[in-house]
Amino acid sequence: MFSYILRRILIAVPSLLGISFVLFSVLALAPGDPFGELVNNPNIPAEVAAALRAKFGLDDPLMVRYWNWLSAMVQGDWGFSFISRVDVETLIMQRLPITLLVIGSSQILALCIAIPVGVYAASKPYSLFDQVASTLAFIGFSLPTFFTGILLILFFSIQLDWLPFVYRADIAETGWRFYWEHLKQMIMPVTVLGLFQAGSWTRYVRSAVLDVIRLDYVTTARSKGLSEKVVITKHVLRNALIPVVTLVALQMPAIFGGAIVTEQIFRVPGIGSLIISSMLANDTPVIMAVTFVFSALVIACNLLADIVYGWLDPRISFA
Amino acid sequence: MSPGREAWRRFKRHRLAVICTVILAFIVLAVLLGPWLWRVPISDIDFSARMQPPSWAHPLGTDDLGQDLLARMLYGGRISLAVGLAAMLIAISVGVVVGAVAGMSKGPVDVFLMWLTDLFLSLPQLPLLLLIFYLFNDSLKKWVGTEMGVFILVVAVIGGLRWMPVARLVRAQFLSLREKEFVEAARALGASQWRQVHILPNAMGPVIVAATIDVAAAIIAESTLSFLGLGFPPDIPTWGRILFDAKDHMDIAPHWALFPGLLIFITVLTINYIGDGLRDAYDPRRVL
Repeated sequence: MFSYILRRILIAVPSLLGISFVLFSVLALAPGDPFGELVNNPNIPAEVAAALRAKFGLDDPLMVRYWNWLSAMVQGDWGFSFISRVDVETLIMQRLPITLLVIGSSQILALCIAIPVGVYAASKPYSLFDQVASTLAFIGFSLPTFFTGILLILFFSIQLDWLPFVYRADIAETGWRFYWEHLKQMIMPVTVLGLFQAGSWTRYVRSAVLDVIRLDYVTTARSKGLSEKVVITKHVLRNALIPVVTLVALQMPAIFGGAIVTEQIFRVPGIGSLIISSMLANDTPVIMAVTFVFSALVIACNLLADIVYGWLDPRISFA
Repeated sequence: MSPGREAWRRFKRHRLAVICTVILAFIVLAVLLGPWLWRVPISDIDFSARMQPPSWAHPLGTDDLGQDLLARMLYGGRISLAVGLAAMLIAISVGVVVGAVAGMSKGPVDVFLMWLTDLFLSLPQLPLLLLIFYLFNDSLKKWVGTEMGVFILVVAVIGGLRWMPVARLVRAQFLSLREKEFVEAARALGASQWRQVHILPNAMGPVIVAATIDVAAAIIAESTLSFLGLGFPPDIPTWGRILFDAKDHMDIAPHWALFPGLLIFITVLTINYIGDGLRDAYDPRRVL
């Protein structure tokens, strides 16, 4: 198992390098100069500007600049935010936990919906339940996250006034009230993201279970006299989840996209709303760093999926 | 029966897909012809009719400047749909070329192209979309004007980030058909490697399905971008842009956000159902 994980990590490194190179090329190809303001400022003499350019290595060849940028990123030196006046890594570390919390809980919610519904629908294909579930799943993944968010706000915050629609990081309560208020403001963002994912995952689970449930080994398990529950959970589900894990990993980029929208709608102070506010404020170092963090998260999720895959599928050898 | 008619016969069996085709056709026609029939100008400011709920004068209500929402949505819909179609065309063209080249060439070219495909699949698309938009928007605007600049950028970036599934589909088709008799026959007749494109028509079914889904995805991507306030400027009221403007007034004027949101949802839903129907129609394993 250990060498299998190690091998997966070694495969992930080139992808991360490739992605970082794509990001860097985008930045390098972009017209305009990250120090444009400084250079075009008439108060700064040309030789000072040239010295600054030389100091920051802006005139070096592309590969040299890429190397310098990459080694700085790896060493945790991500630059300095023009707007917030703090180091970018400090800013991101403040914001990252809340993003991971929202994404994590919404994924758990999605799994709690998708697996039971998908399995039950597949065990009674073309029944009324299956058709209703399929239709709802279709609606679920056709509803863009920004519209679900708006609908929830309209209904639960404005009509019913049950839930707050602005996420507040500083809640002046203590004890149970504190946790209760936090929970209340988490409900809508998590639901928006979770429902969107649950829609597509229910479809994946359903078709994966349908592929497996007719196989001979399931019939064998049934004819051994095993109860339906054991057959489904022990025999069917484990095999059916193997392709689902791959599909879920492929969906990760879309999930992060949804997280950005959700954080923006509910003003959740995570890295998703950070990237938007930095764009509106032209804070390039932060934008680059957040994009890089998102890429690293996607790669990490793919890695995790590979490991889960290896655990689920005994045919994958760890040797 | 020709393959096209056979597919149509099978498509007709998917009742919901047919209904959705009719609805989508209605939306497309409304967007194309609507601005001629509903002759209210989109930027007619009327402060006496601010944020009005739907009425006979303004069937879908008005926004905070008193502009007619029906007229704006009909006009903006043209752009939303055009972005969807154009981005899909780019995604499909790139995907088919990459997939076909990878499928025809064995060895390092194939390995490299598939590595590239996997790399693009794990790019975080929305952050990257935002990044490219942020970096290139201003200079492109100066070049070709605001509207055209944003349009080109949105279409190119959305299309450029969605070709991977098509490339994989086409490559898989090439790999499985490369050794079949009709390709061998073509090769025996002296067809060069590039004539192996004979295989391409066989990949049409899955590619058409992917193309349908891509239109929906591109419409969502454009709306998302506009919804975040980073896409089209306010004088080009795409559906996402109207939603962006509406979201801060939801307590007073909920209709303003509901109508464009519903329209995006219905368009995407119908396109997805049509894709589902096409998948059934083109799936040779399915008996219908």
